[in-house]
Amino acid sequence: MSFEVNISRHLGQSTIIARFESQGGLTALFGASGVGKSSILNMIAGLLRPDSGHIIVNGHTLFNSQTRVNLPPERRRLGYVFQDGRLFPHFRVRANLLYGFHLARAEDRWIGFEETAAFLGIGHLMERWPSTLSGGEAQRVAIGRALLSGARCLLLDEPLSSLDEPRRAEIMTVIERIRDELKLPILYVSHDHTEITRLASTIITL
Amino acid sequence: MLSSEEWEILSLSLKVSSVAVAVTLPFAFGLAWVLARGKFPGKILLDGIVYLPLVLPPVVTGWLLLLAFGNNGPVGRLLSDWLGWQFVFRWTGAALAAGIMALPLMVRAMRLSVEAVDRRLEGAARSLGASPLRVFWTITLPLSIPGILAGVVLGFARSIGEFGATITFASNIPHETRTLPLAIYAALQTPGGEDAVTRLVVLSVILSLGALILSEFLARKAARGSEGGIHVL
Repeated sequence: MSFEVNISRHLGQSTIIARFESQGGLTALFGASGVGKSSILNMIAGLLRPDSGHIIVNGHTLFNSQTRVNLPPERRRLGYVFQDGRLFPHFRVRANLLYGFHLARAEDRWIGFEETAAFLGIGHLMERWPSTLSGGEAQRVAIGRALLSGARCLLLDEPLSSLDEPRRAEIMTVIERIRDELKLPILYVSHDHTEITRLASTIITL
Repeated sequence: MLSSEEWEILSLSLKVSSVAVAVTLPFAFGLAWVLARGKFPGKILLDGIVYLPLVLPPVVTGWLLLLAFGNNGPVGRLLSDWLGWQFVFRWTGAALAAGIMALPLMVRAMRLSVEAVDRRLEGAARSLGASPLRVFWTITLPLSIPGILAGVVLGFARSIGEFGATITFASNIPHETRTLPLAIYAALQTPGGEDAVTRLVVLSVILSLGALILSEFLARKAARGSEGGIHVL
């Protein structure tokens, strides 16, 4: 259960370099805004191609510039939760949750629909449209959607930054329970020191 | 009210416009997609060619169609030899002319709507396990539906009103290519045709107004859908 990342990429004037290893738990990528934290997650998720390097998650090579391995994002099985939730506006909550679930192979699914709904406390939201959800509700649905896609680990990109204080506490508890009860490795990007000291088992400063 | 001949003109107009829009729709969406998403040399040229029927005198478009799709034109001869399709003096020619004239409006509406689709949603769908093709069918296309509907309605309204390219390319033949505007023109040329003109003009206004109201209705329905998308589930 580990991340092994060593990548670099030119983006405009700057070069983004990330080199770290971690064992399970919650690994926090910490750094000020604008150092390319989101770009690093995008590279790990396969949405942005690194210029060189390698990405290994739980022993699976997702990218290696030397052996020319570059799995497309849909085959990486990483549950990517975005800062803004990015729920599909034309699907109800239920269809958002099931989007990745239906696409995952049966043997890759490790959590059921009802179990996810109960775990995140979103059972009452199923028939709602995403535009009617509060920030905290939307973020819980986004996390559920990622869990249900059969993800081997979670990538969280500043998941608390658009929430007010009570919601932040609520989602932080959810993340701790994913870390401790579901034992899912988490890569967590943030520029907020208090979040990270509370949540992280490994801190990588960029 | 309407004479049986006028009913026939109406039904011919609706047939020509429906076929024109239905056949143009996939081409228009494909062009909208390429223009919205593509990066290739010559894009500006393609952009210009697509919008050409909007700015050329319709007579010129009709004449160019005649050159290309006429019985001795390169495309027309091929289609005639291989598939037995004829355009000149046929209602299919009227539909072709109407489709070409509607194309720029349809492409424009659809292109705006493809450009408005949040590409980050497509990235989210990929990370959830969707192939690029599935992302297109489940995310991009449904979120583009407001623009596609707007393009269809605009294209239909444009087709109903099409005159110049049609009369140049397909001529003004009763029961075959004489659609509503051509019938009005013919009635104006006929002594004592004023009553017929009046009835056809009223009909024309009703059709156009209907299309505008429908497009407004669709736009509002789309706007009620969350964040610019329309609900499909």
